[in-house]
Amino acid sequence: MYSQGLIGADSSTTESEEFLAAFQSRIDREEKIEPNDPMPEGYRRTLVRQIGQHAHSEIVGMLPEGNWIARAPTLRRKMALLAKVQDEGGHGLYLYSAAETLGVSREQMTEELLAGKAKYSSIFNYPTLTWADIGAIGWLVDGAAIMNQIPLCRCSFGPYARAMIRVCKEESFHQRQGYEIMMELAKGSEEQKEMAQDALNRWWWPSLMMFGPHDSDSQHGDQSMAWKIKRFSNDQLREKFINATVPQAKFIGLSVPDPDLQWNAEKQGYDHGEIDWSEFKAVVSGEGQMNRDRIRDRNKAHDDGAWVREAALAHAQKRANKQHIPQEAAE
Amino acid sequence: MTDTTGKTEAMTPLWEVFIRPRNGLHHRHVGSLHAADSDMALQAARDVYTRRGEGNSIWVVRSSEIAASDPSFAEPMFEPADDKIYRHPTFYDIPDEVGHM
Repeated sequence: MYSQGLIGADSSTTESEEFLAAFQSRIDREEKIEPNDPMPEGYRRTLVRQIGQHAHSEIVGMLPEGNWIARAPTLRRKMALLAKVQDEGGHGLYLYSAAETLGVSREQMTEELLAGKAKYSSIFNYPTLTWADIGAIGWLVDGAAIMNQIPLCRCSFGPYARAMIRVCKEESFHQRQGYEIMMELAKGSEEQKEMAQDALNRWWWPSLMMFGPHDSDSQHGDQSMAWKIKRFSNDQLREKFINATVPQAKFIGLSVPDPDLQWNAEKQGYDHGEIDWSEFKAVVSGEGQMNRDRIRDRNKAHDDGAWVREAALAHAQKRANKQHIPQEAAE
Repeated sequence: MTDTTGKTEAMTPLWEVFIRPRNGLHHRHVGSLHAADSDMALQAARDVYTRRGEGNSIWVVRSSEIAASDPSFAEPMFEPADDKIYRHPTFYDIPDEVGHM
């Protein structure tokens, strides 16, 4: 679902200039870097952190939507939401796998998340109060994520790029199902329309924050751009998202909650009001409405599942002791 | 085994997943996952990598069982292929009159 401008990575690196220049020239030739290739420590560390944060976001992102599975208004909506949440779990797995190719273990990453040490997208620390929130998440949050993830399909690190291609392919239904929910509500009763507008009001600004800080405040953007981990800056992606989304809101008769929003013919894009960065910083540093609940819920799920993992391993051990011969692969 | 906090200590093994999109094609590497044994790995691979009709056959292989060539020796490893142009049909001059060969 998600990806946010990288939060707090340290891209500093200590290799010789010769090594760094040789690496940079591979990047400049658009060669993909594969896991066992020589790479600067800063490149590896930046990717472990970014892919890890991205994976955690997919996993934590299941929680706000999971809140509504049992209360979806129709069977059709319920099946779609269930499929979407299942996709997010899969996306988390693809990303954890990509990070593991860089020498960090799944257990290590999981532990960091559960201990509250790892970051994930700020957007998932907002509560899902009404059914319309599920529409707003699909439309806006997945929409913002897609904007961010499409350029990541061309990321210089092969496993990340390949994971992103799969994710993007699967993701487009997510945004459409969300917009469809909003569309239905917007043409429903007065209460339904109000519910849709209220969801847009609450999710609009947090969605814009998903792209990360302003370029001028983004500390590690330049190095990530040079290494072609990133292809566009935070502000560029945010503007693309706004330009694509404002007409979609108009089409269903909802209004974007930004009094300063207006079309700028010169740049062929919208000018928008100031983002409340103090809110962003508070949510990222753990002060959002749902930060504690999310980590508590993940810990509970992990602890409740411990016996399953143990039983599975014990069973595998027993089978291995019996010299079980698996079915051989045949060409 | 469990300690008092309920954390699983043992690591669940990593598997590489290969999928054949349809008969007539090779199995192709699509990604990896963790599972306790081959049965669970196959089940998880089905759930994660074939949700949209991606294939009709799955292989799973323990990642630790894969031996890989060293990328830092890629040049000496694969370079000898480049200078043996006599391995390619265009190396041999056959008159046009002979026709397609």
